[in-house]
Amino acid sequence: MDATATAARPKPTASATLPAGDPKIVAKDVNVYYAEKHALKNVSLDIPERAVMAFIGPSGCGKSTFLRCINRMNDTIASCRVVGSIKIDDQDIYDPSLDVVQLRARVGMVFQKPNPFPKSIYENIAYGPRIHGLARSKAELDEIVEQALRKASLWNEVKDRLQDTGTGLSGGQQQRLCIARAIAVSPEVILMDEPCSALDPIATAKIEELIDELRQNFTIVIVTHSMQQAARVSQRTAFFHLGVIVETGPTERIFTSPNDKRTQDYITGRFG
Amino acid sequence: MAMTDHIVSSFDADLQTLGDKLAEMGGLCEKLVGESIEALLRRDIPLAKRVIEWDRSIDRLQHEIEENGILTIAKRAPVAIDLREVVAALRIANDLERIGDLAKNIAKRVVALEGQFQPPKLAGGVAHIADLTLAQLKEVLDAYTQRDERRAMEVWKRDGDIDALYNSLFRELLTYMMEDPRNIGFCAHLLFCAKNIERIGDHATNVAETVYYLVHGEAVTDERPKGDLAGAAISYD
Repeated sequence: MDATATAARPKPTASATLPAGDPKIVAKDVNVYYAEKHALKNVSLDIPERAVMAFIGPSGCGKSTFLRCINRMNDTIASCRVVGSIKIDDQDIYDPSLDVVQLRARVGMVFQKPNPFPKSIYENIAYGPRIHGLARSKAELDEIVEQALRKASLWNEVKDRLQDTGTGLSGGQQQRLCIARAIAVSPEVILMDEPCSALDPIATAKIEELIDELRQNFTIVIVTHSMQQAARVSQRTAFFHLGVIVETGPTERIFTSPNDKRTQDYITGRFG
Repeated sequence: MAMTDHIVSSFDADLQTLGDKLAEMGGLCEKLVGESIEALLRRDIPLAKRVIEWDRSIDRLQHEIEENGILTIAKRAPVAIDLREVVAALRIANDLERIGDLAKNIAKRVVALEGQFQPPKLAGGVAHIADLTLAQLKEVLDAYTQRDERRAMEVWKRDGDIDALYNSLFRELLTYMMEDPRNIGFCAHLLFCAKNIERIGDHATNVAETVYYLVHGEAVTDERPKGDLAGAAISYD
């Protein structure tokens, strides 16, 4: 494909082919700087509600940076500056009057390495609901813990040892514990940053199965380096490269006939 | 999109092997179709027997392409253009295998016709439809090799000519059979041969559709132009 052909074709936007309903998250002209480094350049993207959106791209392309913008995790990095607008349900999350703690309750996050608190399984889940005042009694809290563990497909494995320490679980169980912990505060969006990269194929399959179930109730954004995983779990995919979104569209199309040569080169293993 | 090499060079080698085998199979198919027609027109029984023998090589190649294709899917989990390459190779190998079978069937009829009465002028029509079909087959295989979907679609559009020719040949052979019952045996065989050739043309259009899919990532949506469907000359696709 020559350069003129690329330039002539209108850039596919997520909103053009979104399923019915408004997008949950709308990002417009987002730029992120780490000190002098311009990490994310004019990223605009619609993320649909109750669906899984996958971010793919080579290391350092900005996908994790963008993910971390969605719950303002980048605020914790002193040199980081975010310009542009990100709205969740039409509300600007960079509005100075917005309570960041509340935002992070609405937008949960699961990380690459499972990071349970060094506390009991029960406490790992109960901590969030307790500090956010979601339970009025011990019985209510017990119920929240059980429901969160059930939704994360972990209940049957841990129900008889809720007081054991969370760090004693296997890697895959720990990751599902972290997902249960994220779910427990009833978020609307769950961000996942390579949630399976430290897991074996069986634990990975369980998480993928879980993601598929969770998308009935949550909007999920997942960063993954596994092309196959993106193809399996997501409905829409965005390909990041050098700080820009090169292409976004329905996952099926991205993985069968992408429009942009850079996308094609990356997903087929021709980059470099 | 022009393709650069994969980071994993053995992936390129896998795809190359598939392409090479398919090229070999395509060449063999062209040869077999041509020789089966030649055997029919010249009543050359030794040549017909060689065609029947050669068809085994086509079956073997199809089998190898299938194995390689499946192994590539299992090992490399190809996506996008790579996936289409593998799927296209499997599909084209299937069509070529069928073409080989049809050529073999023509050759078997040549053997069966041994010693039968043959009015000399009858084979002319078959020669014409065969020339046209062979040209289509050659063209579509070239189009595949060059990933040239425009050439492939030209082949696709021209298939109507073969259908039309087959239908007129059908009527012509009916006339001969009515004229003289001694013609019936030979004409019936000839009619089946013509039908086989027409089917080879259909497989060439299948290959053309696969080339289109390979390049564009989507199926051909237009209706293919058909010749008239007079009499019992029903096409089976």
